[in-house]
Amino acid sequence: MKRGLAIAAFFAALMVIWKGATLYMGWSPLLLPPPESVARYLWEATRDGTLLSASIVTLKRLLIGYFIGVVTGMSVGLLISASDLLESTIGALALGLQTLPSVCWVPLALLWFGQTEGAMLFVVIMGTVGSVVIATNHGTRSIPPIYARVARTMGSEGFDKWIRVIIPAALPFLVTGMKQGWAFAWRSLMAAEVYVTILTGFGLGHLLDYGRELSSMDQVIGVMVVIVLIGLIADKGLFAPWERFMHRRWGTGAAAS
Amino acid sequence: MEQAAGKLSIEGVSKWFRTPRAVVHALDGVSLTVQPGEFVCLVGPSGCGKSTLLDILAGLTAPDSGGVFADGVPVEGPGRHRLVMFQESALFPWLDVFGNVMFGLARDRSLTREQRREIAERHLELVGLTKFKKVYTHELSGGMKQRVALARSLAPDPRVLLMDEPFAALDALTRERLYRDLQNIWQKRRKTILLVTHNVREAVCLGDRVVLMSPNPGRIREAFAVALPRPRDINSPELAELAQRITAALKNYDVDGAEK
Repeated sequence: MKRGLAIAAFFAALMVIWKGATLYMGWSPLLLPPPESVARYLWEATRDGTLLSASIVTLKRLLIGYFIGVVTGMSVGLLISASDLLESTIGALALGLQTLPSVCWVPLALLWFGQTEGAMLFVVIMGTVGSVVIATNHGTRSIPPIYARVARTMGSEGFDKWIRVIIPAALPFLVTGMKQGWAFAWRSLMAAEVYVTILTGFGLGHLLDYGRELSSMDQVIGVMVVIVLIGLIADKGLFAPWERFMHRRWGTGAAAS
Repeated sequence: MEQAAGKLSIEGVSKWFRTPRAVVHALDGVSLTVQPGEFVCLVGPSGCGKSTLLDILAGLTAPDSGGVFADGVPVEGPGRHRLVMFQESALFPWLDVFGNVMFGLARDRSLTREQRREIAERHLELVGLTKFKKVYTHELSGGMKQRVALARSLAPDPRVLLMDEPFAALDALTRERLYRDLQNIWQKRRKTILLVTHNVREAVCLGDRVVLMSPNPGRIREAFAVALPRPRDINSPELAELAQRITAALKNYDVDGAEK
């Protein structure tokens, strides 16, 4: 309760500073619109359905790309965790992919796929895979070796050991990897939507870019707020319950990351 | 229906570990026979190779020369007839107590689902943890964790139980209770047990025989038969007196492994 108040006060103060800046700094409202005009944009774009339909288009792309990226990343991550040779080859490639900002894939994607959904998906997948591979590999390799020894003496080897011991033991790390993958996918998609203009769906990134073209900063900032909110809701709704679940099972700390 | 206790034979086992800096001679021509139903304690200072020997018996490590046999059959890998209870409880945190005890049973095709559950329940009862069936492992005390580990190792009905310093991390009071419980359980379920420890009193309290090892290279030195009646109390004067004699013998081998 006290914490809720502190959060509310913090954001209220931020609004006051923002409003003050638009009033007294003499900046053009074209560059920095006051908070109420952003709020007005949000209200109107919500009422006429623009925001909702753009969000749905974006989330659909995100979920498809993220799903493919996570499944691929986890499979590759598990595979390379089983072999030092694969880790030092494919693992190095994945690390390189992770350090490459996903927007760098856009020129290539445009040449290969043109202005299509495929290009968009490609950027999201390439942006997600590397970080998931690395987190999965790291997690699987951090499992205390004693678990594998116990499994072996109990007659659990090979596939059975992976299903019943390695993957459950790595679960906290796998969820961290999925969470990281989500953050990367979200960033990648926004970059892709800003740069890939296509007619098959008008996502939040396009809405943002159109705001720039129309010089309506209230739209730009409004869409940015929506993007942040979706990110927050995903984090709290998708990953927090998992983390709480693991916190209960593993005891304190292990699932804190 | 219960498996008979198994016999273990160790014949001339040697083992070297190659590290980047040195070659460690962990075991040198070790031979030992453990009779079916016998409780043998291996005692020695750290570095004497006792845990390595246990690993070899478990089939987790292969010897460089010599061989180990379980009921006359060469040990070539881990087997469900020789289960290990480790120093750290090594319970699986993603399973509750019951799930942990079920772990070794889950793949046994000769049992129905009902039979597996019944066996797991019986073993939880054996270690006195029926009430904690649904509890997650991090909620248990150290002593309870080792009870679960014991139930987990006993449930698949192995012929031999290998115990790697199972009580080392526990406080003295908890340990004493577990000595009593382990003796009771062993009298009910006559398994062949080989227990590794550096605690001489613990060895005398539990074992039919106490086998001494010395390091550099790891060798078996002497064996003491313990004829005290069971259940034994670790604080009894007879036990303390024998433990003292064994400790004196242990101190007689200096760290280089040569006798003074």
